[in-house]
This record gives sequence, structure tokens and C-alpha cells, in this order.
Amino acid sequence: MVEVAIPDNLRFRQDEPADEPGVSLDAFLDQPNAVSVRIDGGDDVRRLGPALDRLKLVEIDFPRFRDGRGYSSARILREMGYTGELKAVGDVLVDQLLFMRRCGFDSFGPDQALDLDVAKRALTEYDFVYQQAADGHVPVWKLRHG
Amino acid sequence: MKLLTGNHLVEGYVIWWTGDGWSRHVEQAADVGDKGEQIAQVEAAACRVNNPYIVDAEPSPTGPVPTHIKERIRAIGPTVRPDLALKPADASAGSYVI
Amino acid sequence: MYRYDTYDQAIVDARVAEFRDQVARRIAGEMTDDQFKPLRLKNGLYLQLHAYMLRVAIPYGTINARQLRVLAHIARTYDRGYGHFTTRQNIQFNWIRLEDAPDILAELAKVEMHAIQTSGESIRNISADQYAGAAADEVCDPRPWAELIRQYTTFHPEFSYLPRKFKIGLTASDNDRAAIKLHDVGLQIVRGADGETGFRVFVGGGMGRTPFVAHLIRDFLPAVSICSYLEAILRVWNRHGRRDNIHKQRIKILVHDLGAQEFARQVEEEWQTIQHLGDDIPLKEYERIAAYFTPPAFEQGLSDELDLSDPRFAAWVERNVHGHKQPGYAIATISLKPVGGIPGDVSADQIDLIADLAEKYSFDDLRPTHAQNLVLPHVRKADLYAIWQALDAAGLATANLDLISDIIACPGLDYCSLANTRSIPLAQKLTERFADPARQLDIGELKLKISGCINACGHHHAGHIGVLGVDRKGTENFQLLFGGSGAEDASLGKIIGPGFSEDGVVDAIERAVEKYRDLREDGERFLDTYRRVGSDPFKEAIYG
Repeated sequence: MVEVAIPDNLRFRQDEPADEPGVSLDAFLDQPNAVSVRIDGGDDVRRLGPALDRLKLVEIDFPRFRDGRGYSSARILREMGYTGELKAVGDVLVDQLLFMRRCGFDSFGPDQALDLDVAKRALTEYDFVYQQAADGHVPVWKLRHG
Repeated sequence: MKLLTGNHLVEGYVIWWTGDGWSRHVEQAADVGDKGEQIAQVEAAACRVNNPYIVDAEPSPTGPVPTHIKERIRAIGPTVRPDLALKPADASAGSYVI
Repeated sequence: MYRYDTYDQAIVDARVAEFRDQVARRIAGEMTDDQFKPLRLKNGLYLQLHAYMLRVAIPYGTINARQLRVLAHIARTYDRGYGHFTTRQNIQFNWIRLEDAPDILAELAKVEMHAIQTSGESIRNISADQYAGAAADEVCDPRPWAELIRQYTTFHPEFSYLPRKFKIGLTASDNDRAAIKLHDVGLQIVRGADGETGFRVFVGGGMGRTPFVAHLIRDFLPAVSICSYLEAILRVWNRHGRRDNIHKQRIKILVHDLGAQEFARQVEEEWQTIQHLGDDIPLKEYERIAAYFTPPAFEQGLSDELDLSDPRFAAWVERNVHGHKQPGYAIATISLKPVGGIPGDVSADQIDLIADLAEKYSFDDLRPTHAQNLVLPHVRKADLYAIWQALDAAGLATANLDLISDIIACPGLDYCSLANTRSIPLAQKLTERFADPARQLDIGELKLKISGCINACGHHHAGHIGVLGVDRKGTENFQLLFGGSGAEDASLGKIIGPGFSEDGVVDAIERAVEKYRDLREDGERFLDTYRRVGSDPFKEAIYG
């Protein structure tokens, strides 16, 4: 098991949360003072490129847990260099938490409360991963070859 | 008539609602009328059935016969392995399906 | 073959522990079936007609004796004494209890096996040429790349909730024995102009409701970039694939809707962005994996002579034995298609026997094929007779590779909750109708494939003759298709006319076969004659 401290609120950041809820992508791009955006499944997060500096919070919605578009959106944002809060909201179940963390999510707003014990187990189950992703976990191929 | 069927959550085998419980034998299946959904919800929530659903059937002297061939195969077992059927010694099982 | 290191083992073991926990939560009612279903599918556990079914992965169709013996043990201990080899080189057990599933996975993990991503909307088992490492016509053994891709696609965090399932097929030969053009992504290993290893990348193939032959989107991709390139393909699809209609969510639909050129452009654009992020698995890792696939210690200078005086042995050699790149060796196919049998089914005892043969005669190497047979890839010609005798005694020596009785059939309505019709009884009737070995040889190569529903797990679109089971007002009805091929000349079969009853389709196939014999010219297979003369003569023969 990985020894990692899991915060009870499942927010993996030390900074203050943004106090504005996310507006839609179009609205965000239209309002230079907005700092929070809410991304829906079909949104193209690459449009946020020019506005990354002012962005404090991106909420990515999972309308149904099976809809995996949010994972790509998250990872793209981290690849673009976004370091602000990345929050998975909606139909987020405990068994998706690890994949979400690996794609760069650092906070969670599930529609239904998660069982914290189960969540902690889910997040620490795997010591090793096969791929490099957005969470900094060193992939096995790197461990093998230094 | 309408039967309520599903699979046993742990064992996986086919079960039929009898009116006050679940049986592996379709002959004991009850006509659930229009109460099937209600019963299904209660039973699924209590984990006494997995993936319940309602099927059509015709009554017969030996019990309900599901209308669709798929449900008749579920009731009996794979037609190509009669030795693995619910009642392997039952010679008439094959004619039940087709 | 590849052997797990401590990392691989830890990952599989963690998966078992995780699933054990998930099963416990399901049984305790902490999850609905709707929530649990994707999780159990990610571990290959289906709910089928009669019980849970477990699909165990046999990565790129390579397995050793120790692993086979565990499969036999699972069949005996947790199932009903048999297993079923599938059209994606995996094995299925049909009578599993939910409570036993974690224990089964634990036993599999001890021999470096798993059921990870064999179902659900995941990246599935990678299929590969069953003659890998043995055939003379391949550029290199494709399996190290298959293993590398397997690791890369296992628990990929971005691609675990895809629009639909995703299947990758791999070959290193111009003779495509892995049907790569009917996969979501098909990869052919080639050498570039300067000897560099690369892939021809095909995308958007598949069967099912809307079959397509894959498009070539990249003529040469340097092999070391395969992971980032696959990532680009998957990301474009994950982001833009449909999510509104389960029947329209495979990548083939997106490729078709955008057009192959536009799809390729989007992939290239994505790839340009990500290829320098350092996510590719480096060449050193490929080389580490490839070291497990060096040629076995073949004896040198062996004779190619064979005593064919036993006519039944000779018939088996003629059909089921293929040339090997090493003199004195051969590739032998174990037929799982006896007359009247269930295609792809093997008993636990048969699995044990096959394990012994693989261990003793084939450098401990066995290859399930997508045609539901098994291959011993490296046997000495001098051992063929002993092998054949052992197989013959166990009902595994039917000399029918690629003949009409070498039928591919899905489990069908006898087992599968998705099916419209049964397929196994039809396969049995067909093998009985065409049982005569001389007749089969006269007909020659004829790939007959049966699917019990439009999901096409029997690959009927790719059959020279394909049969599709449909539900016609509650009765079983069968459509007949001609002219499909899964090989490098991939094509999709065309429906010949109105459907038939089960007995009717057997008669129709027989009439079609006789018409082929009337019309064929020198050396033509059924497929060739059909392609030459078209449907009309066959329609005429069948419908009068």
C-alpha cells in the first residue's frame, strides 16, 4: 500500500479554495475577471489556453460516471501547464478516484457522499503504475531503467 | 402472464419469483401481473436478486412456459449440454425449449 | 514468453485485492448492479444466461503449460469441467459464482495471469499473429510490442471510461493471420527504408452492427512512438466519440463520420502536441521485454523428412501443419472443431494434455487463435507423429484447419444473454452435413463463421460464408452472407437474400457449396469464385 495522507475532504491542495463557482466556458472566456470555470463533457478545454494565468478553479462535470471525457479534459489542462484546482464534480464514484487523481484532479465534488474509508483504500491500492500521467507517479518503465 | 426473473447475486444461477420468494424452477414461478417492477426494486435493493426483469409466459399444465426462447433456455440450461442442465435427467427438457 | 517482474506482479496482486473489496461491497449491498457492472466487466466478469462468466486474458495469444494447468484447475474447481477459447484468443468459463471470482483471480495472479480489461468499455486484449516467432514471413516477432502496448494500456487513467470497447490487433507479416483490419486499431510491423522498425497504423475496423474495414491513417510510424500515437488516437476518440447511442460509439463510427483523412489529421495534430511530453515507453524497455522473446534453442541440422505412411496422420499433416522458419521444425494446429462438437470448447482433461504437449514438444509455448483453435508453434517434425497420436486419442486431431468444418461460432443463445439465436447447434449440424473428410478437402479452404446476434462475436462479416442469427417474431432465423475475409484482403460479407430456419440454412449452404464446385476455376477457393462471379449464381442456386 502507498503511504499517502488522504485529507478527509478529499481536497489535495493547501491553498484557499476559489470562492466563485464555475461559470460556463463561453461565459468565462467572455469575462476577464472570472476565475472559475465549469467544463461540460463536450467543451474543448484547450480554449482555456490564453486564460490559464487567471484561472483558479476548473470544475469538470461527469454527468454519468461512464462518460469519460472529463479524464481527457483534466489531463490536457495539466499538460498545458495549469496548476490551479481541478475538481471532478457530478456522478463521481469512489472507484474512479484513483484514475481521476492520476489525470490531475485534486479535489472532488461528488453528487453522492463518498465513504471515506473506501475512498482511502481506493486511492492507495496501487503502489505501481504503468503510465506516466498527471500525478507525478513514476511509471514502472522509469523505475526499471532509472 | 408475467413472470419476474433474475439471477442469484452470489451464485449467479437463474431464479424465478414464486410469490413469496425465489426458486430455480420456472414451474414454481408466479404471475406477477403489474406488480413486477415493485417487487424487483425491493428484492434487488435487498440483494436477493441481481438484474431482475419481467418476461411473458403462457400457462401450461406443467407450469408457466416463457414465451421467448431465450427465457426457456434460461429456465432449462444450454441446449447443447443437456448434462449441465438444471434437470439433466429430464429427457423432455429439450422439447421445452424449441 | 514474458515473465512478470516484481512490479507487474504487484500491479496484478493489487488489482485482485481491489476487486475482492469491490465484490464484498457489492454483496453487502453497498453498490447497485449499475455501479458494480463496469467494475466487474473491467475484470472480465459477465452476467450471462445461466451464471456469471469469467473471461481470462491470454495476452496476444501466448500461454505456457503452468498457466494452462491452472486453467484446467479452475475449470474443475470453480466451473463445470471445461473452458471455451474465444475469437480474441482468450478463454471463458461459463459457470462462475460471484463469491469465487476474487479467489479465481488470485489463483491466476500466481501464474502471471489476469482478467483485466477483457470486457467493458476498456482497451481489450491485444490479439496477435498465432505464428509469431515461428513463421518465415514475418519482419520480427510482434509480441514484444504487444506486451509493451499491453502494459501501456493497462489501467490507463485517461482511457478507462471510453465510449465503447477498443480492440488492438498486431501482425508483423504481409499475410495477416490476426485480422488486424477488423480491429479498432490494427498495427502491422514493417521496416522502413533504412531498416528502422515501424508500424502501419490502421484505424476504424470492426464488425458488429456497422462493420467497417479499417483505414490506413499512417503509413509508417516509428515504433518507439507507438504509445504516444495510440494515446493521440484514443484521446481524439475519447473526446469526440459519440456518447448518445450505444450502437454508435465505437471508434469506427467516428472515423466514418469524420472521414479517415480528417480523423487522421486530428490524430496527427494531437500527436504533435503530446509526443514530446516524454510519455513514450523508451527503447530500453522494449529491449528488456524483447529479451523474453528470443528464439528458443532450436536444434540445428534436423531433417525435414516425414513418414506419411499412416494416411490419417498424413491428412492431418496436410491440413494442420504449417512450415516453420527453422529447418526440421513445424507449426502444428490443434483443432477444437471435431465433427458434432462445440467450437472452441475444451475439457479440463484436454487442457492438461495440451499443457503436457506444449511443454514437452513446443518449448512450453501454446497459441490460441482467433479461429478458436490452438497452435503448437515450435515442434520438431520428428515429433509430429507422437503429437498427433496423443491429440487423436483425445479428440483433438481433426484434420480440418480452414476447411468448412473449421467453424468459428460464438456461444450464442445457449449461453449468451445478448444472442438472438443459438449458434452451436447450427455449427454441429453443419459439421455433420459436411463430415466426410474427402468432401471437405475437395471443397478446400472455406472459412465459415456464425454469430448468434449482430454483435458479431462469431465474426460472421469476415466469413467466406457468414451466418447471422436474427430474431424473427420470437423464432430463430438465420441470414446468410458471402464474401467476407479477415485476412490482408479484408472484405465484409454481403447478405445473399431472405433468412432461413436452422435446417434451411444448412441446406442453403450446401447448395451454395455445390454451386461453387460447379463454377470454380483452377485453384479457386469458394471466396475467389464468389468474388469472380458475384452473388447471382449463388442466389439462383439457393432460392431457385
